Amino acid sequence: MEYIYDLLNALPFEWLEYDFMKNAFLAILLITPLFGLLSTMVVSNRMAFFSDSLGHGAFTGLAIGAVVGLFSPMLSLLVFSVIFALLITWIKNKSSASTDTIIGVFSSTGIAVGLMMMSYGGGFNKFSNYLIGDILSITTQELGYLVLVLVLVFIAWGLMFNKLLVLSVNQSFARSRGINVILVEAVFAAMVAVVVAISIQWVGLLIINSLLVLPGAAARNVSNSVKQYHVMSVGSAMLSGISGLVLAYHFNMAAGATIVVISALIFFITMALKPYFLR
Amino acid sequence: MLKRLFRHSKGEGNDCSRLCCTKIENFTVKAGKLTIFENVNIHVHCGQLTAVIGPNGAGKSTLLKAILGEVSHTGTLKYTDAKGKRTGKPIIGYVPQYLNFDVSAPITVLDLFSACQSWRPIWLLPSNLRSEVENSLRRVKAAELIDRRLGALSGGELQRVLLALALNPMPDILLLDEPVSGVDQNGLEIFYNILEDLQNNEDMAIILISHDLNMVARHADQVVLMNKGVVCNGTPEAVFSDHRTRKIFGMLTDGGTHRGGTGFVWVEHRKKPHGQSCGCPECVSKEVE
Repeated sequence: MEYIYDLLNALPFEWLEYDFMKNAFLAILLITPLFGLLSTMVVSNRMAFFSDSLGHGAFTGLAIGAVVGLFSPMLSLLVFSVIFALLITWIKNKSSASTDTIIGVFSSTGIAVGLMMMSYGGGFNKFSNYLIGDILSITTQELGYLVLVLVLVFIAWGLMFNKLLVLSVNQSFARSRGINVILVEAVFAAMVAVVVAISIQWVGLLIINSLLVLPGAAARNVSNSVKQYHVMSVGSAMLSGISGLVLAYHFNMAAGATIVVISALIFFITMALKPYFLR
Repeated sequence: MLKRLFRHSKGEGNDCSRLCCTKIENFTVKAGKLTIFENVNIHVHCGQLTAVIGPNGAGKSTLLKAILGEVSHTGTLKYTDAKGKRTGKPIIGYVPQYLNFDVSAPITVLDLFSACQSWRPIWLLPSNLRSEVENSLRRVKAAELIDRRLGALSGGELQRVLLALALNPMPDILLLDEPVSGVDQNGLEIFYNILEDLQNNEDMAIILISHDLNMVARHADQVVLMNKGVVCNGTPEAVFSDHRTRKIFGMLTDGGTHRGGTGFVWVEHRKKPHGQSCGCPECVSKEVE
């Protein structure tokens, strides 16, 4: 860790002086590629609403962890988010009701149960951090978790991406190609759930979904092939992440929100440039 | 007159000893309390083109989906290869009626092929299948489409790309669900030529759903008429001269036979008044009586 700090000190940036900024910078370098990758398929599979509901579900997870107090809040958050994601996927495939209805039901239940439990005894304020998120509060130990998650997602993406891509084209087509649709969908949902659960305290519930949607949506405007799509998505996520952090530091604003605003700007720019890129 | 039109049937009868053979036995599909179709029994052989015809809602597409295993059904699918050795699950190729996908998706034809055929993560590594994909596209006369975005393909081009995908790996059974609905004359021609080629050169059974009865008469070896179950099946001649076919499809007064047609046209009920060759089942049955 000291070595990395020294490396960052060597960079000619004034804002990297403080250790918390170094940590935040490293966290951005780890989180944004993660969101960039997942974002491609969240957008392609039309799961924008789904990933939004995961944040809401995470709220219940946090509340259970904090109120029941049997496990650490982090563990409870992770386990509950994954269960929540799998449950939605399962019911979505089982039921004939439309997907957005089912997700809407889960989403509102998730946040309502979470708020109910957290506000028990009037102690909601200590949780408000999760709503907005604070990337500057990240510790070195938590950076370690992020590295682990990044490596795991990278491996999973290597192994299952092709199937996921075929699935994103058309579900019954994927099934006819011998792809276990429910399994692939469930693994992807669980992956998104883990990433959301891990990063919600630094990014915040209110804006976490924008990071899962905007990079992919922007990349889609200007790419013709899967590879371009990934490069653009990860690139725009990292660009908005780093520039958002720097701007937030200089103007003393919430980092997460600044990052999202820049992502949105990139999206609108790519939308205007669309005719020049698409073949 | 009709005879000249119909091709000679290959692998006629139930003899499964020499040709590969697929038996669809007692297929029944129910959605809740509604029966989509029941007790469907069909034998298909390699090198044969079996056409499934029938009115809308007859359960044709559902039958293909049941064969694919996408729709839960009762009944069994038995497959035996030419030597009678490999039994069990056949390789099935499927070309959907219409592939509903997001036209803005940044996926090229090569991407789709690579993703379908290998584990190599296509977002990370360059495709090692390029020449192979080019070959399969050449078979459907679409080699120049390899770097095209899926959303930028025309209807006919997309169907040919999907056919090339369905032929890779070479299937034992090829299922085509109205593969050329909405494709222009030129595209139709190309598509049927490719099918003819497959029928003659590859060891596979083709099951085709079509509303184009003239094309069916010209290309099919076996015709299955479905309406919530198999109404009748056999050679095109047998099925098209069956009175039940007349009942379902209606008959144009002129017949159209001496113009090279089958004598049947798809007459929509509402377009013509009752009793005047409207083609509705009740009127036709009265006429027959």
